[in-house]
Amino acid sequence: MKKLYTGAAVVALSTSAVMAQEVEVLHWWTSGGEAAALNVLREDLAGNGIGWTDMPVAGGGGSDAMTVLRARVTAGDAPTAVQMLGFSIQDWAAEGALANLDALAEEQNWNEVVPEALQAFSTYDGHWVAAPVNVHSTNWVWANTALMEELGIEQPETWEDFVAAMQTAQDAGYTALAHGGQAWQDATIFDSMVMGVGGPEFYQASMIDLDADALGGELMVEAFDRMNTLRGFVDDNFSGRDWNLASAMVINGEALFQIMGDWAKGEFVNAGQTAGEEFQCFRVPGTEGTVTFNSDQFAMFGVEDEGDQASQLAMATAVMSPEFQIAFNVVKGSAPARTDIDASSFDACGQAAMADLAAAGESGGLFGSMAHGHANPPSIQNAMYDVITAHFNGEYDSATAAEEMVTAVELNQ
Amino acid sequence: MLSGGADFRTRLQNWLPKIVLAPSFAVMVLFVYGFIAFTVYLSFTGSRMLPSFDLVGFQNYERLFRVRQWDTAIVNLGVFAGLYIVISTIIGLFLAIFLDMKIRGEGLLRPIFLYPMALSFIVTGTAWKWILDPAIGLEVTVQRWGWETFQFDWIKDSDMAIYTIVIAAVWQSSGFVMAMFLAGLRGIDNEILKAAQMDGASTFQMYRRIILPQLRPAFLSAFVILSHLAIKSYDLVVAMTDGGPGTSTWLPALFMYEYTFTRNQMGIGAASAVIMLMTIAAIMVPYLYAELREKN
Repeated sequence: MKKLYTGAAVVALSTSAVMAQEVEVLHWWTSGGEAAALNVLREDLAGNGIGWTDMPVAGGGGSDAMTVLRARVTAGDAPTAVQMLGFSIQDWAAEGALANLDALAEEQNWNEVVPEALQAFSTYDGHWVAAPVNVHSTNWVWANTALMEELGIEQPETWEDFVAAMQTAQDAGYTALAHGGQAWQDATIFDSMVMGVGGPEFYQASMIDLDADALGGELMVEAFDRMNTLRGFVDDNFSGRDWNLASAMVINGEALFQIMGDWAKGEFVNAGQTAGEEFQCFRVPGTEGTVTFNSDQFAMFGVEDEGDQASQLAMATAVMSPEFQIAFNVVKGSAPARTDIDASSFDACGQAAMADLAAAGESGGLFGSMAHGHANPPSIQNAMYDVITAHFNGEYDSATAAEEMVTAVELNQ
Repeated sequence: MLSGGADFRTRLQNWLPKIVLAPSFAVMVLFVYGFIAFTVYLSFTGSRMLPSFDLVGFQNYERLFRVRQWDTAIVNLGVFAGLYIVISTIIGLFLAIFLDMKIRGEGLLRPIFLYPMALSFIVTGTAWKWILDPAIGLEVTVQRWGWETFQFDWIKDSDMAIYTIVIAAVWQSSGFVMAMFLAGLRGIDNEILKAAQMDGASTFQMYRRIILPQLRPAFLSAFVILSHLAIKSYDLVVAMTDGGPGTSTWLPALFMYEYTFTRNQMGIGAASAVIMLMTIAAIMVPYLYAELREKN
């Protein structure tokens, strides 16, 4: 039955694709900086005579966009290219809905320049189905330099230093950790706690392999204990706050640290601050040498029409070109998806991100972020969210939370 | 011939209403009952991201009742629906009774009380979210007025957040309930009241013995409308707390949407929708049955 479904989708697609040399792109990059970054791609394609039908669906995490996509595909009218994250690509590929980009990848040597951990999401069953745009890493701490100097805090090297630094800030009457109490933000800091407590092997075993012993074990309890510690350093009004408002607290000097992915950098830069001067970035203590990432990709949907296929390949080529990767990622705050790109046009944090990414890719320390859907499928990811956020809001103690992780994974597999 | 024509006419007249209603009836059957049937069917399949048609028996229901968030959603629904229906009905009834005392300015007051119903739950939710937010709303305002120790941070407290949703929902619906009761009160025959007055009944007795019993249909409408509003409540929670803090304000409708559309667990989502439908049926059917039978 599944086959019949996608079969119908493909047939409908070929008939609906009337205009040749045009791409219809579904995405959720609607904020100012993101839209500007996307414009780079649009102009690049226009230079090659390829039209661009924009199909923006607002909503940060892209879940609204995915709902729209589901409706479009069910109606047999899928867009040509869709911005996608992690496991969604795999899910759609499993439905047989995505195009095969192998020839292009072969020709342009994608296998060499894209880190292997990233390829795991761009390929399905050994075939390329998507073109990666960027790599966001999520285990960053953003810090207010002026506040660090005022309080006499050095960049913390260990978890203990980190806690001590936050204690100093709290004692001085500042918010130590700016945080927004939304499930995905709680999960974002949880990623770093798991990595910090147990290192890469534990992260692999618990978050990716979903090993029940790891999920419910001592180390997991310790990771939850660290969440409790962090809970003690956020302000009372954290619940439901958006991440960019939490960044604003660090920017304004009300708060010392924020643990957040590198899209937070855009907020600092927009406020006229410079990396390494007004604000600092460093890896969450305990997670140095590793990078938890999420990656935006353009998944290409299967089209029959040759003109459409050609414009699809042109778009994939444009996405993977070094010029676009630089232009886009400088604006977006992330690192390029290719590791062979000149870092000179990036700021201090961007350069650090690219160096870390390359090193982690070499040493096997590059892992998909659970919080951002790159470690396990959405059903399990969200079940973990429930446990993490319930624990962070005081509904479970650490031991119960670890048990609940096992149950949540079991129920949703 | 003539009689045949007349016969045709009568027959046409008999059939015309049915013919005219047929298309909308067909559409209704398909889009309401058809999709209910489809949802029930989906709840027995292993559907994940897209509908699939492989039957898996009661697996989805077993999983549903083992998911903690479903327990939370059910308990929250009990608290929310109970308080919401009772409080809205009481406030609505009293507003109607007071407005019915022939006070001056009724024409002005009535739309003021009724107006919240004109707002969508999203607007209500967003407004109340700001009002109840301790950092920018009521709490900080009262503190600035000089009551330094004033605290009202329920919306940020996992144990109390569900009650803030009750507050917003009651605010929204009480005026509407008032309008229904007011209509009921205006429909009561003045002669009976005058007779009762002559017999020396006190106002309280009149309300208890004569007026309230006559308001039964209004109570029924209020209950039917409020309980279905409560069970389908989704937008208010999304706007006010988005299910948080943590997962403490989840309601079944939120659960259904999350599982079906963002978690690729369509089977479990469908199962939860079926349970919601059965809940509504379990409350409404006996109530309607009792009410309608009495009339006959």
